[in-house]
Amino acid sequence: MSVLVMREVSRDHGAGPNLVHALRGVSLHVEAGEFVAVMGPSGSGKSTLLNLAGGLDRPTGGRVLVEGVDLSTLGKAELARLRRRSIGYVFQDLNLIPALTAAENVMLPRELDGVRTAQARREALRALEEVGVPELADRFPDEMSGGQQQRVAIARALVGERRLMLADEPTGALDTATGEEVMRLLRARCDAGAACLMVTHESRHAAWADRVVFLRDGVIVDATGSPAGPESLLEGAR
Amino acid sequence: MHTAYVSIRHGLLALLSQGPRYGYQLRAEFEASTGATWPLNIGQVYSTLSRLERDGLVTKGEADAEGRFVYNITPAGEEEVRRWFTTPVARADRPRDELAIKLAMAVTTPGVDVRDVVQAQRTATLRTLRDLTRLKADAPAVPAGPAESAWRLVLESMIFQAEAEVRWLDHCEAFMTRIDVGFRPAVRVADEPPAPEPSAPAPGRTGERR
Repeated sequence: MSVLVMREVSRDHGAGPNLVHALRGVSLHVEAGEFVAVMGPSGSGKSTLLNLAGGLDRPTGGRVLVEGVDLSTLGKAELARLRRRSIGYVFQDLNLIPALTAAENVMLPRELDGVRTAQARREALRALEEVGVPELADRFPDEMSGGQQQRVAIARALVGERRLMLADEPTGALDTATGEEVMRLLRARCDAGAACLMVTHESRHAAWADRVVFLRDGVIVDATGSPAGPESLLEGAR
Repeated sequence: MHTAYVSIRHGLLALLSQGPRYGYQLRAEFEASTGATWPLNIGQVYSTLSRLERDGLVTKGEADAEGRFVYNITPAGEEEVRRWFTTPVARADRPRDELAIKLAMAVTTPGVDVRDVVQAQRTATLRTLRDLTRLKADAPAVPAGPAESAWRLVLESMIFQAEAEVRWLDHCEAFMTRIDVGFRPAVRVADEPPAPEPSAPAPGRTGERR
């Protein structure tokens, strides 16, 4: 099943002589278990695409569906609930709350969602375990390295079985080795069934995805296609 | 090719500096260290060994019961291995870069859209990069032994080369967009809402490409 469907999505900013088409009729599917990277020069519409996919912005044309739900049919509160329950975000600037420990940061979206504290903590510890930093649970962000903070941010994006991960330059401030660890984590989440859409300008990181989509001037200009599996080899033979 | 010959010759010498070996052993160990990236045929191994013998860098021992020969490195061979490890590889030894030539020609040939040439190459190189990364992802995060570490370094070398090519292609595209040669008119940066624009659009930029 497609976890994310974008159908002929457009986003305009401004009007009249200042009208800018940030996205122009972009169609994109991300299946469960699939990892898709978006590349393109700055100003090509990458971040706009990600914001629309995550319901942080609304399209001026076309439809966005997350787990089969058309985001345009949702009211503000419903949209916020869907964002908390189905979508995990990983940003370049990690957005951890400095006054909260790692576990509390990870618990936050679950508690906002009405989950009891004890249950939210159990889930948070499991998520921290999954990203390999259970020992950081009671540390504050300023007591962690950049790589550790990014792991905690990913744990927060994973907690509560969210099926769509959106990542905007998730390795931005990290060195090559730590960046690779982050990519291994995202890859493992996809192999375990999550769908991931990642914006990056680093080909080294985009290469961890199943598919790379190239945006230019708000239009998809090219895509790598998925790696050759047995089915696609058969297709080639036909 | 000259470079390939030199690296097989020194690769075999380096293996022999660890102790005497049979020809078939040398082939197997060379391929294990380089992840079978540069497969050798046994004929190449023996012709290289006979040239090394001729140059006094190895000696051939007596035939064993099965008629196989053991090769030993000589002191001159040891010296050659030391020299190889301490001498950097010269860039000039590398073959001509077809892609750079193609891009240069694309820029100067009328009717060729450089952006399309760049994009086609970028997609192909990204596909290669993804397949290489898949090999890395499937291997354990920490290599199990020296042969696996050696293979990982060879793999990383190819990943870095592919990455460098993509970065160079990005640069070519940005550079050509800036000087606006051979490109269709550029569209205004579109991610952000536009700032109030006092001046009229530059002549020739209609904002429509297709």
